[in-house]
Amino acid sequence: MHPTDTRDPQYYHRVVDCQWACPAHTNVPEYIRLIADGKYTESYMLNRESNVFPGILGRTCDRPCEPACRRTRVEDEPVAICRLKRVAADLRGEIDHLLPKAAAEKNGKKIALIGAGPASLTVANDLIPLGYHCTIFEALPKPGGLMRTNIPSFRLPVAVLEEEMDMILNMGVEVHYNHRIDSLKELLDEGDFDAYFIGTGAPKGKELNIPGRTEGSANIHIGIEWLESIHFGHIDSVGERVLVIGVGNTAMDCCRSSKRLGGKDIKVMARKSRPYFKASPWELEDAEDEEVEIIVDHSPQCFVIEDGQLRGMIFDLVEWEENEKGRLVSTKHGEIFIQADDVVLAIGQDNAFPWIERDIGIEFGEWDMPVVDRATFMTSREGVFVGGDAAWGPENIIWAVEHGHQAAISIHNYCRGLPVTDRPPYGMNLVSTKMGIHEWRYSNDYDPVLRTEMRYADLEKRLSDMKIEAELGFDVKETVREVERCLNCDIQTDFTTNLCIECDACIDVCPVTCLTITHNGEEDDLRQRLMAPADNMDQAIFASESLPQTGRIMVKDEDLCVHCGLCAERCPTAAWDMMQFDLLNPYAGHQSWPEKAITASTISV
Amino acid sequence: MSYIKKPAARHPKLKVNSLGLTIRDYEGSMSTLCAGCGHDSVTAALVQAFFELEVEPHRLAKLSGIGCSSKTPAYFVSEAHGFNAVHGRMPSVAAGANAAHRDLLYVGISGDGDSLSIGLGQFCHAIRRNVNMLYVLENNGVYGLTKGQFSASADIGSTSKGGVANQQGPIDPVNTALSLGATFVARSFSGDKDQLIPILKAGLSHSGFAFVDVISPCVTFNDHQGSTKSYAHTRSHMHEVIETDFVPLKTEIKTEYSEGSVQDITMHDGSVVKLHKIADEYDPTDRRAVLDYLADVGSRGEIATGLLYLEEAGVDMHGFENTVDGPLVEVPFADLCPGSKGLEEVQKEWW
Repeated sequence: MHPTDTRDPQYYHRVVDCQWACPAHTNVPEYIRLIADGKYTESYMLNRESNVFPGILGRTCDRPCEPACRRTRVEDEPVAICRLKRVAADLRGEIDHLLPKAAAEKNGKKIALIGAGPASLTVANDLIPLGYHCTIFEALPKPGGLMRTNIPSFRLPVAVLEEEMDMILNMGVEVHYNHRIDSLKELLDEGDFDAYFIGTGAPKGKELNIPGRTEGSANIHIGIEWLESIHFGHIDSVGERVLVIGVGNTAMDCCRSSKRLGGKDIKVMARKSRPYFKASPWELEDAEDEEVEIIVDHSPQCFVIEDGQLRGMIFDLVEWEENEKGRLVSTKHGEIFIQADDVVLAIGQDNAFPWIERDIGIEFGEWDMPVVDRATFMTSREGVFVGGDAAWGPENIIWAVEHGHQAAISIHNYCRGLPVTDRPPYGMNLVSTKMGIHEWRYSNDYDPVLRTEMRYADLEKRLSDMKIEAELGFDVKETVREVERCLNCDIQTDFTTNLCIECDACIDVCPVTCLTITHNGEEDDLRQRLMAPADNMDQAIFASESLPQTGRIMVKDEDLCVHCGLCAERCPTAAWDMMQFDLLNPYAGHQSWPEKAITASTISV
Repeated sequence: MSYIKKPAARHPKLKVNSLGLTIRDYEGSMSTLCAGCGHDSVTAALVQAFFELEVEPHRLAKLSGIGCSSKTPAYFVSEAHGFNAVHGRMPSVAAGANAAHRDLLYVGISGDGDSLSIGLGQFCHAIRRNVNMLYVLENNGVYGLTKGQFSASADIGSTSKGGVANQQGPIDPVNTALSLGATFVARSFSGDKDQLIPILKAGLSHSGFAFVDVISPCVTFNDHQGSTKSYAHTRSHMHEVIETDFVPLKTEIKTEYSEGSVQDITMHDGSVVKLHKIADEYDPTDRRAVLDYLADVGSRGEIATGLLYLEEAGVDMHGFENTVDGPLVEVPFADLCPGSKGLEEVQKEWW
């Protein structure tokens, strides 16, 4: 195996599992340490740099970081990363002076942003400080897109939403509300803008075309439209018995909203069984805590209408089995009638681009979606970019934010006549955390404490008012407890080969058996020859150069390292050091890393 | 030394032995020795050996005297019995404990100061008595706890950290043990666990006094150029005479050696020690030949390592003394203490 190049920023980035899994590559361990230090404002600002909406995401993020969390490899539950993010937002101080400001002078370039959701707002956030003039066209009377209309306020209070959007809008974004773009061709032909960004989301709820749909339409609702109507106050009640069809996160919002609108008997109807549910596990739990019933293996057959009034639905009772091709197939073994006063359809969302003409140079591909470049976010028409759910269908907010950052880089390039494929590099800083013989700039003591449970507002109280936030957030005591669970994966074990005297001290002390000194070989062979086999192929193994005394190599399986620093504490020659790794994400305007950073080198010991 | 405890988290795929224990269950408290101390590697090798031999912690007694080496019993098998004796007096405490309870596994940890200076007499007599124990001498050539003065095992010409060369000849513990009739004599190196672990396992299975001299560098006071007990010097001057393979009872023998190069020795408990001779003419059962060979290797400035001498049929302390078969704690009280009438009977023998 060749010696590992730890000076490539992506090597250590991969070790920070949460940051790697986060589409926006938020520096999670550092923001958790800042929270631990009581530096909530600094933590908030560090979050904001990459994910732009810490308060919103601290409540609503789909948390790709948490399943990735290294803690799950040594115990069951990940660090409550998302909830700690909310702590930073809840407890932060004054930040006005820290927020990005619009450039003093405009650069004369004008950008049209279609849709005022997270993707467009991120583009504006990145481009206005560079001197761009950004104009948003929004069909609704208020900004936020699906963050506003689809996430009920018991999960995301409107004040939190608006405050974070205002941080961007107040930089001087020109916004046209109630201004739906019905023709992209027209907008392009007017020629007022230098570049166009489409961030219109996936606004069309899927239909369920089974018998009775039309006749019962007064009491059959499309989930995302229904949630939007609730948000704007057009709907304020629901029947006592509600069936929610579908079992994704939107279905969870629908059933929990029903509970608050006066629904008593709320059933979520799933075609398959629990392992196949799309909703995040915590959203399922929250719904069940609110006494929503989740019924599995019921496939909708028809709506039952009597005297023009919806009475309920008939479901096929099904069983699922995998066929030879590994696909799930169902067999019906009965049917059942279930009463309902209202039915909400939450079975997915589609994109819809009736307003983009097909003859304006924007190529459309599969599923009638515009063809968008995965790296540059540009369509086949130069100067027209797409991001967020509009690009490749429904994802979550954090993806839209990352799309916005990347599109902003492209737009910045495009407006300066540079190729959009010219991406600025990732950089890194790597700084020793050593303070003394056994003192480090981070809390390296492993705390076996289990994940802190969230506290909720009293059930009766929260169900009485749509606007009462269900989760109470962590208080300081809970925060102090939870931050210690973070394993500080960004504090890297950095090895200097020529200092090693092969005394084995690091190997002997490592609590998770991840170090080995052995003779070199092919990676597959090495992985099996370690002190404990390195079977997780998703995680790299580090290989040093040949060691000075015996010519063997030091190998580290990155998979289970708990970053306790004992290898470095027990190393007599400081061949191991605990170095804080800081990934420098590229954003629009950061074409290089001049003074602050090191792109592919480090401070040597 | 580290202030934090070793994290409780462990590798989920750690092997589990027949007792349901993982290697981490054989650990002790955190070492307070200097970072990089050879002794910590010896501790780790012992932990590995206990795990592999599936030793029940409560069947183990660990004893030591005074010195850096003698601190180490605190760093392995927390659940075992332990005794930290007076300087150099561990062998007599071990002999006493063994006399009272012969069924435990005894491990004595000592150093070059503890065994070759203040405790030399004790060391010699434990060999003479053939106390059934594993005796590990962690040998670094200096007094580490008192800032690195030469010990009795320092070689002539080896320099101190300050650059002064030692002039007095060393006491070689291997030679000493061999000449006193020890039945199991080995030398190894803390930086070579592949060699050390099978030797420790063989020593633990040996019936009688199993002596292992382990070159265990002192990183703080004796790991410089000019030292003959540094990591670098030991690595470049090691002369492996015998490769040891320990095959526990009822285990299939897998390693294949060329004919004639391997000598099998069946231990008292039925396990087999396979000695793979690297030097053809070497006979690990011929005491005089071994002494000659070692003198030869030593004269070239090399350090002979391996399980150098093994004699399994010896008589141990209990054999010499014709003691009871089991531990005293299992002897019925009436037999153990015959009372004043019994005492009178015994005393009549001398009247």
